[in-house]
Amino acid sequence: MGNLIFEQVLNSLQFGVMLFLIASGLTLIFGVMNFVNLAHGSFFMIGAYVAAVVAGASGSFWLGLLVALPVTAALGFLLEWLVFRRLYKKDHMVHVLATFAFILIFNDGVRMIWGPQPLPLNMPPAFAGPVNLFGLPYSSYRLLVMAVGVVVAVALYFLINRTRIGMWVRAGANNLEMVTAMGINIRLLFRLVFSFGLLLAALAGIMLGPLVAVQAGMGDDVLILAFVVVVIGGIGSVPGAAIGALIVGVVDTLGRSLLPQLFALFLSADAAASVGPALGSMMIYLVMIAVLFWRPSGLFPART
Amino acid sequence: MNRLTKVAGAVMMAMATGASLSAQAADVVKVGFLTTLSGPASAPGVDEREGFMLAMKMLGNKLGGVPAEVIVVDDQFSPDAAKQGADRLIKREKVDILSGFVYSNILLAVAPAAFASKTVVVSANAGPAQLAGAGCNPYFFSASYQNDAAHEAAGKLMADKGYQRVAIIAPNYPAGKDASAGFKRFLKKDPALELFPKLGQLDFATEIAQLRAANIDALYFFLPGGMGVNFVKQYAAAGMDTKIVRVMPAYDADQQMLSNGDLIAGVANTGQWSADLPNEQNRAFVAAYVKEYGHQPSMFASQAYDAAMLIDSAVKAIGGKVENREALIAAIKAANFKSVRGGFKFAANHFPIQNQYARVVTKGADGKYVNNMTQTLLPDHVDAYVGQCRMP
Repeated sequence: MGNLIFEQVLNSLQFGVMLFLIASGLTLIFGVMNFVNLAHGSFFMIGAYVAAVVAGASGSFWLGLLVALPVTAALGFLLEWLVFRRLYKKDHMVHVLATFAFILIFNDGVRMIWGPQPLPLNMPPAFAGPVNLFGLPYSSYRLLVMAVGVVVAVALYFLINRTRIGMWVRAGANNLEMVTAMGINIRLLFRLVFSFGLLLAALAGIMLGPLVAVQAGMGDDVLILAFVVVVIGGIGSVPGAAIGALIVGVVDTLGRSLLPQLFALFLSADAAASVGPALGSMMIYLVMIAVLFWRPSGLFPART
Repeated sequence: MNRLTKVAGAVMMAMATGASLSAQAADVVKVGFLTTLSGPASAPGVDEREGFMLAMKMLGNKLGGVPAEVIVVDDQFSPDAAKQGADRLIKREKVDILSGFVYSNILLAVAPAAFASKTVVVSANAGPAQLAGAGCNPYFFSASYQNDAAHEAAGKLMADKGYQRVAIIAPNYPAGKDASAGFKRFLKKDPALELFPKLGQLDFATEIAQLRAANIDALYFFLPGGMGVNFVKQYAAAGMDTKIVRVMPAYDADQQMLSNGDLIAGVANTGQWSADLPNEQNRAFVAAYVKEYGHQPSMFASQAYDAAMLIDSAVKAIGGKVENREALIAAIKAANFKSVRGGFKFAANHFPIQNQYARVVTKGADGKYVNNMTQTLLPDHVDAYVGQCRMP
């Protein structure tokens, strides 16, 4: 039992840190630019696709990772300049419509280019096996994913709290007019935040690629989870995204593993087998509803 | 007199041609092939299409000697998209027969519209309990198996070996529930652990942790398409005990799964067909398939191939008059064709009565993994629902 809980906690953390990578970009973009980017999940997918193509051609996962990150960030930079910057002043509904269109364009785009079958993206051979963790064999690749997530989260903390750019970002999230009045090149800042957020999403896509499947639409489910994280954590708040991601990671993993067993205690086996998994996958939304009920602006609202 | 004979002759000729016109066979038999061709769940659908198209090629693009048109539509693994696709095939294309179908939820979404329009459905894979028991329908035929069959055989295999602690993992959808029911029917005891992940789930960290903690001797996993491939990879990466016996349905243990190589070695699997089944038409099918596509056929391909051959035999028996649905149904029911699994006959609910075999993944002489048949688990097996079927 101890081992099971330990392993599930590791799984929750691994899931949580990946959600954080996606949600932090989403919440930054919303916090700084007040821009709702539904196409965020598409960059999760594009990062994974570029990495899979490069890794497939070169045989190296790491080369795929190194190429995919700048390529995705550059694509984000370009799109911000071509399209999204024209939308900032518009209504949120316009953001939603325009970026939803991009989801469709990107999904069908990758289908046209790479076909409907998933692309193979394998774990790097050095991380394909298990490692022994206090007597528990655990996937070394999942540990790697966790480590990457934690390192990025810590780096992000320092970037936002200890650097000048971070200060601009924080200031921008708080009071945009004042930042502009102080002479900060706000357009460039926006573009940087935007591409950086997409780079984080792409990083998550690449790291999760070998664990899921590199396929058209892979970003859609993740986008919904990322929004749940952002709503729970408080829109625009990076620490909120971190806490929200961990909550979602833990609730989802434990909900799916413990609820069916819990129901088996007082329901018939058949009923428990259908109610348990269904309620387990619903848990994160129930948590979101609870948070919205008691803290309508999330646990750590950015604007007060 | 002479003139009169001529006129009468002309009238008779006209009547004769008229009569023969009305009794003439359809000039083309239309088959709608609706299957899953996109996403990680699509490998079985691609195999089905290949098997069906191979049969069409060998039949010279004719069914029962009548030129045939096969319209392939992707259901996108979505019941909604499948309904739209089926609607188009039934209403616009006016197909005589619908075939394909990998997933039971898709088939169940499409079936009512097909039955209402008197379109004959010949499933090349999905065989849900709903269509085998009280909901059986004269317009439905399974050229594959009732969903429970492979699971029942797996339960029998594990019961015969006497494993003490057994776990089952299957997706949370109709066929997954059928799997659990069928498996337990022949295991004859309760499994130590039952897991029902979401259909299409690709990350199994949570489930693997539970399997590890459950301390089991044997695991039955029914995870179709990309789910199973991911599961096997993650199972190995998580360092699970290799002494745990693993059994799976045979239809998931071909082609795509065998590409996992060492990770899948020694896994037992159960089903109604194997590439090494010793009969004439199976040898011909496997040889033609390898020649055409350059890889071994999967069980899905064998079922779709049989579906095409079954339809061919029926259209031939009724001289191509597919508009006469009663005759078409009776001819399909007769199943007068040579199946790659040897004998083939239908039970009262239009599901096949057939042997269930055990196979095991072994390394071939060329270093590639193949499935070898080891034993017959359930001879002439009839599904559990046929008694509830009252065919009108």
